[in-house]
Order: sequence, then C-alpha cells, then structure tokens
Amino acid sequence: MPRTRVKNAPDPELMHRMYYYMVLARMLDERTWILNRQGRAPFVISGQGHEAAQVGAALAFDPEVDIVCPYYRDLGVVLVFGMTPGEVVSGHLGRSTDPSSGGRQMPSHWGHRARHIITGSSPVATQILHATGTALASKARGEKAVSAAFFGEGSTNQGDFHEGLNFASVHKLPVIFICENNGYAISVPQRKQMAIANVAARAQGYGMPGVTVDGLDPVAVYEATKAAVDRARAGDGPSLLEFKVVRLTAHSSDDDDKSYRSPEELAAMRREDPVPRFKSRMEELGIWDDAKEQDLRKRVREEVDQATRVAEAASLPDPDTLLLHVYG
Amino acid sequence: MAVMTYLESVRETLRQEMRRDPRIIIYGEDVGVRGGVFRVTEGLQAEFGEERVMDSPLAEAAIVGTAIGAAINGLRPIPEIQFADFIFPAFNQIVEEAARIRYRSNGDFGVPMVVRAPYGGGIHGALYHSQSVEAFFAHVPGLKVVMPATPYDVKGLLASSIEDEDPVIFLEHKGAYRSIRGEVPDERYLIPLGSADVKRQGTDISIISWGMTVNFSLTAAQKLEQEDGVSAEVLDLRTVRPLDVDAILATTKKTGKVLIVYEDNLTGGFGGEVSAIIAEHALFDLDAPIRRLAGPDVPAMPYAPTLEHAFMVTPDKIHDAALNLARF
Ligand SMILES: Cc1ncc(C[n+]2csc(CCOP(=O)(O)OP(=O)(O)O)c2C)c(N)n1
Ligand SMILES: [Mg+2]
Repeated sequence: MPRTRVKNAPDPELMHRMYYYMVLARMLDERTWILNRQGRAPFVISGQGHEAAQVGAALAFDPEVDIVCPYYRDLGVVLVFGMTPGEVVSGHLGRSTDPSSGGRQMPSHWGHRARHIITGSSPVATQILHATGTALASKARGEKAVSAAFFGEGSTNQGDFHEGLNFASVHKLPVIFICENNGYAISVPQRKQMAIANVAARAQGYGMPGVTVDGLDPVAVYEATKAAVDRARAGDGPSLLEFKVVRLTAHSSDDDDKSYRSPEELAAMRREDPVPRFKSRMEELGIWDDAKEQDLRKRVREEVDQATRVAEAASLPDPDTLLLHVYG
Repeated sequence: MAVMTYLESVRETLRQEMRRDPRIIIYGEDVGVRGGVFRVTEGLQAEFGEERVMDSPLAEAAIVGTAIGAAINGLRPIPEIQFADFIFPAFNQIVEEAARIRYRSNGDFGVPMVVRAPYGGGIHGALYHSQSVEAFFAHVPGLKVVMPATPYDVKGLLASSIEDEDPVIFLEHKGAYRSIRGEVPDERYLIPLGSADVKRQGTDISIISWGMTVNFSLTAAQKLEQEDGVSAEVLDLRTVRPLDVDAILATTKKTGKVLIVYEDNLTGGFGGEVSAIIAEHALFDLDAPIRRLAGPDVPAMPYAPTLEHAFMVTPDKIHDAALNLARF
C-alpha cells in the first residue's frame, strides 16, 4: 500500500493504480451492459461516473485487514478489495461460481468472505448498521481493522442511517460512512430528498467529522478517506465522507432516465466523466501518454474478455441446491 | 367497457377515484415525474399536481407513518411502497400503529389509508424483488389485505379499499402488471372486501388461490379439462383478510377435494389458515386430504433462472398437483 502524501506532489505510482482500477471498473461495467443487451444478463446496475470515488476511497483501506460493506454500485470498491473480474461477471450471469451468492442474488449484490466484503441485500441502508457492528467487534477484540459502509445519498434518509451513525459515534467505533452522492435516488433529485445541500452536514448531529469532497477526483477522495481511516485506526472514532459524483447511466437496466433528466443535463454530466478527466490530469503532470493509454486499454480489454469467457463457461446453479444454506 | 392490462386498471382506477375524491393523495418513491418504477402512476402528477402526487424521500417508515397522520387528519392517502420487499422498514408503522389505532382508541380514531405494493416473483427479481408478504399482514387484526388477480377485480377492489375506513394493504402482482389483460367497465363499481369469486366452475376438484396464482390455476384448470378430463373449480379469494369463509366451504362441499395454491413460502403461509378452516368446518365433506402447493421454505426467491424456476409455482406444477389429487 502506498502511504505517500499525494496532495501537493501526487505519487505517480498510486495514480497509475487508481487509473488502472477506474478503467477496469469502467470497461467491465460496459461489458455487463453488452451482456444485458444481448439478453444474457437480465439486470445491470452501474457504477459509471462513481469510479473515482470508489477507487480513491477503497485504495485508502488495507484490504488485508479492513472490512467493507459496499452497495450495488461499488464495482470499483470490490475490485480493489480483490474480487476478480471473472467473479464479477459470473454474478451477472447468475452462475454457480458467483462468489457473492452462488447465483442467488441479483448482480452487484456483493459479498466475499475471503476478501473482507460483507454480503449485502437490496433494502438500502441496512449495511450501515452492519459496518457499525463489524467495527464494534473489531474494537471489542482489540483488532486494528477499520470498517466502511458505502451508500447513496437517497439512502441517508432511512432510519438505519441515523441509528448507525449515532451508535458508531457514541461508541467511538472505527468505521467510515461513505456517501456516493450522485444527486438522484432513481428519479428523485436531491432537493426532493433532503432540504440540505450536503449530506456531510448531517455528521454534526452525531458529533463526528463530515467532509464533502469532489468525487470525480480520485486523489482528493483518497486523501480524505486516508485521513478518516487514520483517525479511526487511532481510536478517534467514525467519520462521514460525502463524494459528489455523477450517475452516467440510468438507475439500472430497468430504468429510462430520459423520462426525468433533460438531454442537456445528461450531456453536461458526460463532460464531467471522471475517467477521461483523470487521464487528462495525468497527462498534464507528464505521467501519462497515448502509448501508455493504448497499452492499458488493451490489457484491460483482455482481462474483461477473459472474465467473460470464464463466467460463461461456468455452470448455472443446480436446481437441487435450492434448499441448501437455509440454516448452518 | 375497455380491454386493459392489470397495470392500466390500477392507474385508471386511481385516476377515477382522485377525480371524484379530493381527499386522495398519492406519494412514494419515484411516483411523481417518473410515474413509478413500473409506470403505474404515470400521468397522475401531470393531471393532479405535485400537491396530490408527490415524490417522497427514500424512507418507508416515513411514507407510511406520515400517511397515518394524514389519514387521521382528514385525507385519504394512498402511499406506494416501491416493492413489497421494502415494506419492512414500515412494518412497525403498519402493524403497531395503523392496525391498532382504532382498537386502542376505543373507536375514536381510524386510519383510512391504502398502502399499495407490488409483490411476487418470476421476473428475475431475486430475493428482494420477488417476495409475497401477505401472511405477515393477514395475521394482524385491524388490517385488510387485498390481492386482486384480474384487471376487473383491481378496479372494484381498489375503489372499495379507498372507501374503507380502515387501513388496507393492496398487493399487486408485478408479473400480472403487463401479462394479464381483461375487460374493465368504464363506470365506477365496488367489489366488497371479503367476497371471493368462483373464477371457473368445476366438479371434480377445487383449486383455491389468490393473486397471480389464480391466473396460473386457470391455465392449469384448462389443461386438466382438455388433457385429463378433470373438471377443476377455481376459487379466487380476492382478499385474504377479511376472508370469505362461506365461499371456501361451499367449493369444498361441492368437489370434496381441495388444492390450495400460493406463491409465498409454504410454512406459515396463508394457505395454512384456509386449510384449518376447511378441516374445522368441512372435514366430513372431504374425499381426499387437503393439499397445499406453495413456494418452498427458503428465505426468498433466488436469481439464477434454474433456481427461480425451481422456486416458482407454475401452471405446470399446479396441473400436476391437481391431477394427483383428482386421482386420489
Ligand atoms: C428500503 C428500500 N426502499 C426502496 C428501494 C428501491 N430502490 C433501490 S435503489 C433506490 C434509490 C437509491 O438512491 P441512492 O441511495 O441515492 O443511491 P444511488 O442508486 O443513487 O446510487 C431505491 C429507491 C430499496 N432498494 N430499498
Ligand atoms: Mg443517489
């Protein structure tokens, strides 16, 4: 894990790692949409536009030690924590080899014990309490692990959000609450979800730091997350981080966002795409060029192709397994 | 008289009722501009305005809890829960509050509210977009639980639910939304809650069901007639609370053989109650043991097509179970 401070003098090696994961997340995500259009993957929910926030945040943790409760958009998070692209696609195809659920859950309902990714459900915000609980256990057992819960801004209106942050703060637990604010809960814009501009403002009510960060800048996200993780690891309690991102796709493959977002808004959003934006920044810093770009794209395309092949070759779950794992 | 889908019948009934009763308001997640994730409320905000058709924050306890207050204070709220699977954050408000308010206030207060929620599976919805939740609510005195199978019944039952002075859980099968069509009269009519309907006359065996599986049972009954020479009667309960006990006993006495069909998990599902009523009141009219065909006892419906099919009650499975019973 690179531990260099990157704010003023960004560490090129760390930026390259960030960019690799962002491109991998993007290209893998695009592949799942192709599988969806081909009728091979019935459902896709996408992280496009969230990559900088997910990758920048995840890289600030130690996947060997720390524990993550992601939500459905967090492809970038689970890749950094070590889920393989083949494992990801196997979930999209409902294969028995899907590490999250053996094909039982919808795609992107992540879970992987060996990779410290706690299984998640669809009802939003429930994982906020689970991350608080894993942090409680780490503290009780004297372990140095930091837990993290990821969620959208709409989900912060659930009671579970309030209850989790309050509990974590009262007990000074080593947990980071990470909000990926894309301004929409499906079709509902933020102004109809809450009467405040920044979710981070809610932190004050729980007595913990709350920070709003440009979620299209992976370096800024990394910095903010690193500070919160260091704080939590030192025993100083939880933080709420808010990363402002864009949702470049419809909510999911079942949604049509043209019914509630104007063409102008969609076009403006696309110009903010964090992936090319970060590439330009690296080019300006003189640490990236066309040759490197082509090389990376080729490597990642091969990785994604290979992942698709591996997943497609795997079997669907045997119907006889339907009754397994109701109890331990 | 128009032919329309199940979904259109819900929408047109809401429209007709809102035109005649200014006390009605609709709110929930994405019901406004987007017209709901299934498009049930499409066009209603345009016609009735943002005051009467509102997008709410993502918080089911708030949606139902505030509807209770609004109902007590003179409105007729029709809150929508986006998927029945997400009704549980509001379980406390529905069960502890809405259901018990009339009783606990010695008749002083009532909660005239209709909570609409799409339920049921077979649509690649996996564990959290497929559940049948009727048994949880049918267990609670003070609530009414309505589960229409056809567009005609949707209209009459929804109008009655809105007129009702007590809280109603109105469960719409999402598989029925676009696949089930039927004639719906233009003029307003009421179907009393608690009146079952013989959807098909028969003499050899009775199939008792509610919601979407009524339609599956009708398909199975047709096949039984054509291929096996078995005459199956299909009784649609339409509402599981209040329950039309007379209709259940009448069909039992007529055929002497009863198959109860439901999509929910077998154990503790509402079919157990129907079975108990028959055993208590019509044991000596039976020519064979009562049978239940229902979802298996696993926590919820899995995603992979192999597992989803293994879980679902289908016309073929109903046919086989009914034939077996007919030949007893
Ligand atoms: C308790 C609950 N209610 C409703 C839903 C349906 N639903 C799925 S995602 C979503 C919007 C979530 O918005 P946000 O938290 O901002 O996350 P985003 O999808 O924008 O990343 C809704 C309403 C759900 N999954 N869980
Ligand atoms: Mg959002």
